[in-house]
This record gives sequence, structure tokens and C-alpha cells, in this order.
Amino acid sequence: MEIGNLQRRYLDFASTLFHEGFLDNQFTQLQQLQDESSPEFVLEVVTLFFEDSEKLLDELSRTLNQQAVDFKKVDAHVHQLKGSSASIGAQRVKNVCVAFRNCCEEMNQEGCLRCLRQVRNEYFLVKNKLETLFALEQQIVAAGGSVPMMW
Amino acid sequence: MAVDTETQFHVLAVDDSLLDRKLIERLLKTSSFQVTTVDSGSKALEVLGLREDQQPEHNEIEVNLVITDYCMPGMTGYDLLKKIKESSSLKDIPVVIMSSENVPSRINRCLEGGAEEFFLKPVQLSDLKRLRPHILKGKSKEQETENTTIISTSTGTTSSSGSNKRTAIAIDEDLAPNKRTRLRFSSSSSLTLV
Repeated sequence: MEIGNLQRRYLDFASTLFHEGFLDNQFTQLQQLQDESSPEFVLEVVTLFFEDSEKLLDELSRTLNQQAVDFKKVDAHVHQLKGSSASIGAQRVKNVCVAFRNCCEEMNQEGCLRCLRQVRNEYFLVKNKLETLFALEQQIVAAGGSVPMMW
Repeated sequence: MAVDTETQFHVLAVDDSLLDRKLIERLLKTSSFQVTTVDSGSKALEVLGLREDQQPEHNEIEVNLVITDYCMPGMTGYDLLKKIKESSSLKDIPVVIMSSENVPSRINRCLEGGAEEFFLKPVQLSDLKRLRPHILKGKSKEQETENTTIISTSTGTTSSSGSNKRTAIAIDEDLAPNKRTRLRFSSSSSLTLV
């Protein structure tokens, strides 16, 4: 596929991610911080987010499926997940975390389990979107083009 | 990469989250600060030369500003702030606190405890502009020349980054002002004859 088409596809895809709320302005901030001295910055940070999140999701599952749930511990994990999703601009994940923390405060196990399912869904959705975004970037570069900026 | 190293200010960044450490480091480097990151308050005190078995003057690295996360296991950012302000050798080092939570009582407590600024996370490049007046406070008369140097260095970095893999295409009217701002900085950097 020709470079112009690849670039257009990339921009369209990226644009939908923002319009559908998967990503917010913080993600753009990350892209603006990437340059030749740190050419893989966004990928590195997003990879950290993936690693962090999957560990946290496992922990959350373990902690919430116990007889006596330690809601303080659950809240601490959700706080961390909220923080890292906010740091990379994963808006929908962050928003579920806000609701999740409310359930922790109410010590509502049912509610927490529901939030966990939701946050897990949102996480895997955004992970998939980001992987697609990076793959589109690689296609452009492989074709000899440059990745257009979205701002 | 002609960065003016003689007058780079050194910032010590403290955060238990690896992701956030990476982010703050990048933000600070992009703003032309020299950066050291640590993952806890106690490590921060070590770097500052404030271990119990050490004299403060011994082996310490010069730090011009500390920026720390509030919520950390063990020593919180607030605890670290107090330790710094209570130390005769370190009390003049400006401290900035970051937090993902907007809790007015927490913010006031930190400011009253001697913090210069309180940043809400995620911290952005525009927030770091608020650091400069505090760094300058800590230094002597070379301040103004250094300030100019920093500005020209950071715009130098920005203007050189437009090449290689990225092509600027403004797809949104609203985003155009940002592009204009960047262009303004790069044209002034070409005029700076430092």
C-alpha cells in the first residue's frame, strides 16, 4: 500500500481512538515527548502500562475472590491502575477505576467484581487498539514514510 | 547535540511507580534539566546525603530541586518534604509535590509544610514551566544568563525534533495554535546568540 494511504489510515484510526474516548490528551502529550533522543518513548511507556496493568488485574482477581475481602488492598491496587492509566491517557480504563474505587469505599464485593470485569474489558480493548496503532506506524516506516503527527 | 552542560540544573525525582518515573524523567530532560530518579523517600535522602551515618557534606550530589510523589509506601512525599525542611543543610532545596488526587486539605498541608508547588498528575510539560522561578531562587547571580541558556537549549531540542520520522500535519483547527507556538519558539531560538 502506498505511503499516503497508510498515513491516512493511521490518522483515521488514531482519530477514532480519541473520539471514542479510548485515549485522551495525555496520550498526545506522550507523543509530543518522543523525539530522536528518545525515539521509542511512547512504546516503552505503553509497554510498562501493559505489564503493570496485567499484574494488577491478576492481583485484583485474587484479592476479590477471597472469603474475607481486604478492601483496602483492593483500593490500593485500583489506585495504582487508575494512576498508570491516567499517565498514558487510557481514559476509559481510568474512568472505570473511579467507579471501582467507590465500590471499594462502600465495601461492596459484588460491585467490585462487576467493576473488575469492566476494567478488564476496557483494558484489553485499549491494549488491542494501541497494538494496532503501533503496527500501523511500523507499516508506514517500513514503506519508507514518516509517521504523521496528530496535533 | 550541543547542550549547554555547565549550567544545567539537577532535579531529583521521587516516585514508586516505574511508569511515572519514566514519564517525569522524560518531561524533565525535555525541559533541559539533569535528572536523577529514585523509587523511595529513603533513597532520596541517601542521594541528598542525609543518611544517619553520614555527614550531610559527605559525598552528596548537588540537587537544585526535589520533585516527589505524595502517595508512596513507607515514607510519603510529605514525610520526605518535612525531613528536607528540617535539615539545616537541605532546607533551602525547593520541593515540589505531585499527586493524582485533588484533595485540597492535602495540597494545603504540603504547601504549609514548605512545598513550593503542588502538581496534579499526570504532570505535563506546561507544569514544568512553573519550576523555573523556584530553581532560580536557590541559585546566585548567574541566574539570568542560565535562564536564557535553558530556554534556548530546550527550544533547540524542540526545533531539531521535527525531522527524521515525523511529518507535521495539522488535522484539526483547534490544534493549530500549538503548532504556531512551537514555530514561535524555534524562530526565537535561532536569534539567540548565547
